[in-house]
Amino acid sequence: MQYLLMIYINEAEAAKIPPERMQTMLPAYATYTDDMKKAGVWIAGDRLRPTSAATTVRMRDDKTQVLDGPYADTKEAFGGYYKIEAPDLDAAISWAARCPAANHGVVEVRPIWEMQTA
Amino acid sequence: MTAVTKPKYARAAAETAARESYGRLLAVLASRSRDVAAAEDALADAFATALQQWPLNGVPEKPEAWLLTVARRRAIDRQRRLKAGIDAQDHLLLIGEESKAMEREASGEDVPDKRLALMFACAHPAINPEIRAPLILQTVLGFDATTIAAAFLVAPATMGQRLVRAKARIRQTGIPFRLPERADLPERLDAVLEAIYAAFSEGWSDPAGDSQRHDLAGEAIWLGRLVVSLMPREPEALGLLALMLYAEARREARRTAGGDYVPLAEQDVALWDDAMIDDAEQLLAHAMRLAQPGRYQIEAALQSAHCARRQTGRTDWPAISELYRMLGRLSYSPVVEVNRAVALAEAGHTKAGFAILERLSADRRLSDYQPYWAARGLVLARLDRNDSAREAYRRAIALERDPAVQRFLQARMDALPASLSN
Repeated sequence: MQYLLMIYINEAEAAKIPPERMQTMLPAYATYTDDMKKAGVWIAGDRLRPTSAATTVRMRDDKTQVLDGPYADTKEAFGGYYKIEAPDLDAAISWAARCPAANHGVVEVRPIWEMQTA
Repeated sequence: MTAVTKPKYARAAAETAARESYGRLLAVLASRSRDVAAAEDALADAFATALQQWPLNGVPEKPEAWLLTVARRRAIDRQRRLKAGIDAQDHLLLIGEESKAMEREASGEDVPDKRLALMFACAHPAINPEIRAPLILQTVLGFDATTIAAAFLVAPATMGQRLVRAKARIRQTGIPFRLPERADLPERLDAVLEAIYAAFSEGWSDPAGDSQRHDLAGEAIWLGRLVVSLMPREPEALGLLALMLYAEARREARRTAGGDYVPLAEQDVALWDDAMIDDAEQLLAHAMRLAQPGRYQIEAALQSAHCARRQTGRTDWPAISELYRMLGRLSYSPVVEVNRAVALAEAGHTKAGFAILERLSADRRLSDYQPYWAARGLVLARLDRNDSAREAYRRAIALERDPAVQRFLQARMDALPASLSN
């Protein structure tokens, strides 16, 4: 099965992290991604720019409504994702638990709705 | 065999197979696809076919394998109908696997027992704790939603909906049908045991005897035995089974013929089921030899200490208070502390017991907890503080819903000496 591991972090807290500490945190993600690739689990993954860079779009009455900011203004915001291939939920959970963000933020595990190929 | 008894016999064989094989067959059918609902439908079709064919053609040599083969064919047919026109590779792969499994079974291999894996799926942390016990009852024992709803005092439609949702969740989220990794096992096994104990407690909580709820205690014991037979070296599984048997053994003694409540320490030991208690003692001894204490083993040991009154004629309150101390150290709970306070008071350490209750008085969770106020009543009476004892009993009575227990508490209150200050 395919799963999306969605990383939620507190942006305000993350912004306070001094750059030199950030430098030590990044290798943890590199190692994690590398381990996923070696295990044949990794499909895709990205870190997103913070919600201050987000733009929200709606179509209403044939008009495009564009707003600055994220859809949901929550304390913990969607900040990145990994798309993985895992045999079952337990395997996906154990990868989510190893994600560096799980130590301070939250990782939501969602199965991908796999479409039947015609 | 005469023509008259043959259909009857075949029907009985089908029913026996249903009772003993349901969970076993469902576990095998659902384990690969994780689609419990589809497996249930296929199995229901297979049982219906058996009821039709066995009386006419005789019972097959291997009834379980026969049922499984028919169920698999039904499942495959259904898949074909659902996916008509779509060349889905996954689904072809699944059908291929199912056919291979069918060949293996036809060649005479026994049906593997995957019920434990099924129970671990039902009690997975990703499943709402409240629906775990109902889900196990439905999948392992084949109970319908209406029966389960009645046992758990929930509206049938609500229970049906919750069960459907939980099954959809197992399939959609990819909850595995297998034993957890060794590192996760204690925690995950605990969830399975907790679900079984929840079913037992539902059956146990109604001593007046709604037969459906009563049966639930028996079914929980059956599930407890199943877990023990599949994991014979798990001390907590043994502990839970012992605990349930000790409690069940005292069922007849919990009320008088007139329906009055009888506290454990005053129950007539002649009404206890000796064979069941002996069974429990053996299981507990076996668990203890494995030397990994846990909550269920200590709770069973508490029951064992109470049951020792069969031989000694008296309750060993010092041992009981010590066991409550151990239980509280393992996982603190104000409920355990209330019980420890009573045991200490009964053992003659009334002041120590009262000190615990005083410490607990700040705990708001206890302000609506009947046993806390009954315990206060008991301990305060021992300290000759009768006005306070009366007040505590009054609160306990107001919180109690069972009329038999209300009458019991009222009698305790009425037995208090008249206050000197009046």
